[in-house]
Amino acid sequence: MGKIIIDPVTRIEGHLKVELITENGEVKEARSTGTLFRGIELILQGRDPRDAQRYVQRICGVCPTSHSMAATLNLDSAFGISDKIPDNGRLLRNLILGAAHIADHILHFYHLCALDYVDITKVANYQGGNSALNSIKEFIGRGELGPFVPRYEGDYRLPDEVDQQAVAHYVEALNMRRKGQEMLSIFGGKMPHNCAIMPGGVTEVPTVDKIAAFLWRLNELRDFIDNVYLPDVLAVAEVYSDYFEIGTGCGNLLSYGSFDLDGSETDLTKRSRLLKQGTVSTDLKLGELDTSKITEAVKHSWYADSSDTRHPTQGETRPEPGKAGAYSWVKSPRYDGKVYEVGPLARVVATYASGNPRVKEMVDSVLSRFNATPAALFSVLGRHAARALYCKLIADTMPEWLLQLKPGEPVCIDYTIPEEAKGMGLVDAARGALGHWIEIKDQKIASYQCVVPSTWNFSPRDNNGQPGPVEQALTGMKIKDENNPFEVVRVIRSFDPCLACAIHMITPKGRSLGEFRVC
Amino acid sequence: MEKAKTAECPVIWIQCATCTGCSVSALNSVSPSIKNVLIDEVIPGKHVNLRFQATVMAGAGDAVIEEMKETSVREKGKYILVVEGAIPTTEKAADYGSIGEENEEPVSMIDRVETLGKDALAVVALGTCAAFGGIAAGSPNPAGCIGVGELFKKKGITTPLVNIPGCPPHPDWFIGTLAKVLLLGLPAPEEVDDYGRPKDFYGQLIHENCPRRAYFDEGKFAKKFGDPGCLNELGCKGPVTHADCPLRLWNGGVNWCIGSGSPCIGCVEPGFPDQLAPFYKKLTEDILPNIGSREEV
Repeated sequence: MGKIIIDPVTRIEGHLKVELITENGEVKEARSTGTLFRGIELILQGRDPRDAQRYVQRICGVCPTSHSMAATLNLDSAFGISDKIPDNGRLLRNLILGAAHIADHILHFYHLCALDYVDITKVANYQGGNSALNSIKEFIGRGELGPFVPRYEGDYRLPDEVDQQAVAHYVEALNMRRKGQEMLSIFGGKMPHNCAIMPGGVTEVPTVDKIAAFLWRLNELRDFIDNVYLPDVLAVAEVYSDYFEIGTGCGNLLSYGSFDLDGSETDLTKRSRLLKQGTVSTDLKLGELDTSKITEAVKHSWYADSSDTRHPTQGETRPEPGKAGAYSWVKSPRYDGKVYEVGPLARVVATYASGNPRVKEMVDSVLSRFNATPAALFSVLGRHAARALYCKLIADTMPEWLLQLKPGEPVCIDYTIPEEAKGMGLVDAARGALGHWIEIKDQKIASYQCVVPSTWNFSPRDNNGQPGPVEQALTGMKIKDENNPFEVVRVIRSFDPCLACAIHMITPKGRSLGEFRVC
Repeated sequence: MEKAKTAECPVIWIQCATCTGCSVSALNSVSPSIKNVLIDEVIPGKHVNLRFQATVMAGAGDAVIEEMKETSVREKGKYILVVEGAIPTTEKAADYGSIGEENEEPVSMIDRVETLGKDALAVVALGTCAAFGGIAAGSPNPAGCIGVGELFKKKGITTPLVNIPGCPPHPDWFIGTLAKVLLLGLPAPEEVDDYGRPKDFYGQLIHENCPRRAYFDEGKFAKKFGDPGCLNELGCKGPVTHADCPLRLWNGGVNWCIGSGSPCIGCVEPGFPDQLAPFYKKLTEDILPNIGSREEV
């Protein structure tokens, strides 16, 4: 028995530690632990409900916009105005969210993941006229390589020229993700932590100059997605094609959908969305989303409650560090008692399964290039490909929403805060299904609950012993070199972990691994 | 003639109780770009040598923790420590927040800030959480979060400290301060306000430079969101908030909070969020004790 500990796991959002028990180079057991607690939901109690939109964004500075959307949908529903948001408000929210997801996915592929595949030191041999590459060559020549070393060594496979081009794209992508945030701010006010998305609509007023300013940043980003981002994902996939079979996961996907195409339906599980709500498994049949099937188990989490039937709104959070058999502060959300993965893969496959011709064509063209069946989507490369295709889909759709905006017409409506109410906000965040629930009493927040994507993906075993999605993706995997466990970080990062989100409510980390400490 | 050797300026950037928004905001720097800051000589002859930054660095695990520790020993008294996020100080601080391990035991954020802080040339508390506790310290402050200044006071650490608050801070406030240190050295006492904020960026009230100020003076107030007019009645905290947002603007100059019709929430102030909330309620003296009174520490 061997043990691999990676603490900290870097190039993710938040503080994460991963421990693996290995035998003969194969992972026998995997567990992940978050190493930071703040307690944003506790901080929200007793506050003005309208402030929730501001606080929840501070759960995560990488995906604040998705939190602001979930919070606002949640408040719209609690205030009884879900179906009264003006079209301008709905469209501007879509544009703000779309800009956030484009910037976020570019950041994820290039700045959080690429260094697992791309060797920046190969630029030392660069002979050419690209000024970014020449400045990196000069940087390498100076001999101080922070923050690019230390790193894992031994499995950088891209041919020199492709590698160097990828490094140039890493630099270009820094500008592109910044441009995405700029585009968002045109209607969102600022980034990170936008201020324009509000219950009732948005505060920013669309004008023709802003529409044009947004459109031409969007066009630059579309050009980048089509001619750089997607080709780079495919180029990595060519060379690392074994990763179509690594990191398979649990085979069940859950999507809340995103981008409202019509605001008249108050039930968010049925609302017409560009990306579809629902569940889908390897059989690619779309199941209807029913939020009453969501439960949270805590048998293997450090909480006193051991019920496995509670809906998140009924959840209790009574910490019990050192609880026998527990090994994580993350709870285990389950859907219909089963393990589900969330993320871009889930929403793309759900939309594919719904028969959307555009998505079907996009996904099938990538699969046919690799002579692969849809089963290959359930993998490290499948997740990266789905993320890039999703990025293209929304970027190509956003001009339609821009042109539907009506300058001069209202962007938001007035409302009164009810004395008592309950609400629910569902949206697919960049990293997957994000649910917010609120209970209002005396016009104040009595309770606020978030069930976030990384809680789904990084959950520990549930009451029936079923490991969470990432645990399943890591277990059974072969590791070639335990001192340079590339495979592990490539699988983990393919899920785009957001630990500040997963542990926003999770209580202090205990040290005892209890009976689970194997060696 | 051979080019003079580049002076390397080592930087260690640690993330404590943070949402990572400060790092993301730094990535939004326009000119210099983040690539200019990390790769190029950001000031001729000087290169920011980022030895540890968990969001961008290639490595992971023990190797990067060793790199951090070695840098702090080798470059004692020469490196700049950037702290992002508040510091949990509950009894078992490592339970609430740790960075890496020693002998398979987690090392608390408070220990990291103390150890790295005392040997640094200077410390930059980046963001309101690191400067004053911020969102993480919002009531009931479940993790007992405090800012770097308060920690240093408690521990008797005298390393020079510059506060760059903001939720998040504008990238110019951070990069501009870094550039100033590289060019001219640490800010003189008269160059920072009573809360340790460089006056270059935090010297004036939002209200003093607000493009909607004329509406305020004429008593024209927006009654609902999306209306033109001063946002005072919708809860704007611009009159008690010290920052140059209205002049500098955000994200490449495309917009800012009030520009998008949304009230300022006072995110750079020491009392953020509790003394500034509720965000959408009109400012009154009695809900804002001591906010904005620069005479008081």
